[in-house]
Amino acid sequence: MDNLASLLDGFATVVTPMNLLIALLGVTIGTAVGVLPGIGPAMTVALLLPVTYGMEPAQAFIMFAGIFYGGMYGGSTTSILLNTPGESSSVITAIEGNRMARAGRAAQALATAAIGSFIAGTIGTLLLVLVAPPVVAFAVSLGAPDYFALMLLSFVAVTAVLGASRVRGFASLLIGLVIGIVGIDAVSGQQRLTFGVPLLADGIDVVVVAVGIFAVGEALWIAAHLRRRAAEVIGVGRPWMGRQDWKRSWKPWLRGTAYGFPFGALPAGGAEIPTFLSYATEKKLSKHPEEFGRGAIEGVAGPEAANNASAAGTLVPMLAIGLPTNATAAVMLAAFQQYGIQPGPLLFERESALVWTLIASLFVGNLLLLVLNLPLAPAWARLLRIPRPYLYAGILFFASMGAYAVNAQPFDLFLLLTLGLIGFGMRRFGLPILPLIVGVILGPRAELQGRRALQLSGGELHGLVGGWVSWLIYAVIAVVLLWPLLGRFVVRPLRGRLVTG
Amino acid sequence: MTVLVGYVPSPLGEVALAAAVEQARFRDEPVLVVNTSRGDAYVDPRLAPEADLDRVVRELTAAGVPHSVRQLIRGRDAAEEIVEIAETEDVSLVVIGIRHRSPVGKLIMGSTAQQVLLDAPCPVLAVKAR
Repeated sequence: MDNLASLLDGFATVVTPMNLLIALLGVTIGTAVGVLPGIGPAMTVALLLPVTYGMEPAQAFIMFAGIFYGGMYGGSTTSILLNTPGESSSVITAIEGNRMARAGRAAQALATAAIGSFIAGTIGTLLLVLVAPPVVAFAVSLGAPDYFALMLLSFVAVTAVLGASRVRGFASLLIGLVIGIVGIDAVSGQQRLTFGVPLLADGIDVVVVAVGIFAVGEALWIAAHLRRRAAEVIGVGRPWMGRQDWKRSWKPWLRGTAYGFPFGALPAGGAEIPTFLSYATEKKLSKHPEEFGRGAIEGVAGPEAANNASAAGTLVPMLAIGLPTNATAAVMLAAFQQYGIQPGPLLFERESALVWTLIASLFVGNLLLLVLNLPLAPAWARLLRIPRPYLYAGILFFASMGAYAVNAQPFDLFLLLTLGLIGFGMRRFGLPILPLIVGVILGPRAELQGRRALQLSGGELHGLVGGWVSWLIYAVIAVVLLWPLLGRFVVRPLRGRLVTG
Repeated sequence: MTVLVGYVPSPLGEVALAAAVEQARFRDEPVLVVNTSRGDAYVDPRLAPEADLDRVVRELTAAGVPHSVRQLIRGRDAAEEIVEIAETEDVSLVVIGIRHRSPVGKLIMGSTAQQVLLDAPCPVLAVKAR
């Protein structure tokens, strides 16, 4: 019950007036950026990283946790009222939610999304409390070769499993790894890819990369593609649900949570797959299958619970092993490093107070979000009236200020613009952003672990293979990489034989 | 000659439309209904939904006034669009709805009505919502 005591200590830290205020600020910003399509929690955390330098690490992470969960809540409001998903994980919500809104049931759709998110977020965070310590206990026993394998798996998973095209995923990952390599090699002291520019010798700051790719890239993309078409927003009263709605919602909430959490915790889970699965399940189990496609409340309740539970699940590998599985977690890991905190299995031991404060703030933030979203959804929808030029001008201002604040060097602004152009180009050619960010953040750490393993073995390649864990991981990587071939030569003939035989 | 009315989907827009219909009958001229949006926000409450415009057309047809409806979304202010149409086409009267603006709101957002009143080359009829 050591963990419970730590969690209670965490709560004690969170409920001080100042920290509660910061949590409130975090969830408010989070909801706002969730409501606005194109501006996600990952971009926001990156933009706010430099702003939080003056804060205690605990306070900064209370705010980031609020933004992380808030983004999930806000996304559903936009999906339901505008039929434009605010976040990729609320695509499914847009299908049924918008139909409900058009049928005059916007209030019920918003309510089931908010309450479902709250329940899933709370259960998910509880599961995080239960699951993370055993994972840490296991992770501590791993050696450098195992970590190297784990990080390779993470690279392969975010590139090959998520996203539509493997080639584009790997291209994006390689750009990220190259950016991560720039600077002086920690082992040999050699300069790598610095082109003789002394300012590059320290490497490119992760904050500059994240802000450039997310914020500047997106702003340039919007500027180039400003579609002059405004949509109508559907009016709502105060969100609430009738008895019947509760009856039809509570099972989808729980099932959605059950899908979301494990998928979030897996290195390649993400929030999209469980929302799809949840939707399909609810459609199959529903007593009102004829309503699906025309505004079924189950089709909002399930996927919304799933995406919030997966947000909680994402924190398991992030906190316990130091592996990011989505963009926001990746930027939060960068934030840990900015504060000089080494992410990894020792995090729970060395920064126990910080971690448990972060987890406690998730519970508090979730409650604040329910209070903030249930009565105020129509007010949030008004944010959509802000003209985009104003919005993106503000983002560019914050981005430049943040990038400059990191080292107070004008050179970083050039880097920011260059990275922004790379981000723009990636959006233009459909390259996913996540592999790049994971590459930049995890690349140097993977290199460190890999070289450590090689140093221990005196440069022999067998040093990269440790115990059974690394064998298992390499096997999984091989399966993931060879899956298209396996699908063609093994699975399909087998299936054919089963059908004909 | 045409009576031009700046239409928005609100009570203000409806009184402006009613005044325009009255003027069109009086002058025996057709009505041109103009609804505009800069179109750079995700949502613009001043952009009339299709259903609204359909209803306007139905009402005008029922009233027996010759009419046309124009919806413009090309990144320009409502005032600019209306003044330009009044300048380039054969417009005898512009009808707009006006309302109170707080001094601060006027400072930040400017006033569409004021711009139309001062810049239009023809007489402008300004009506208020009751």
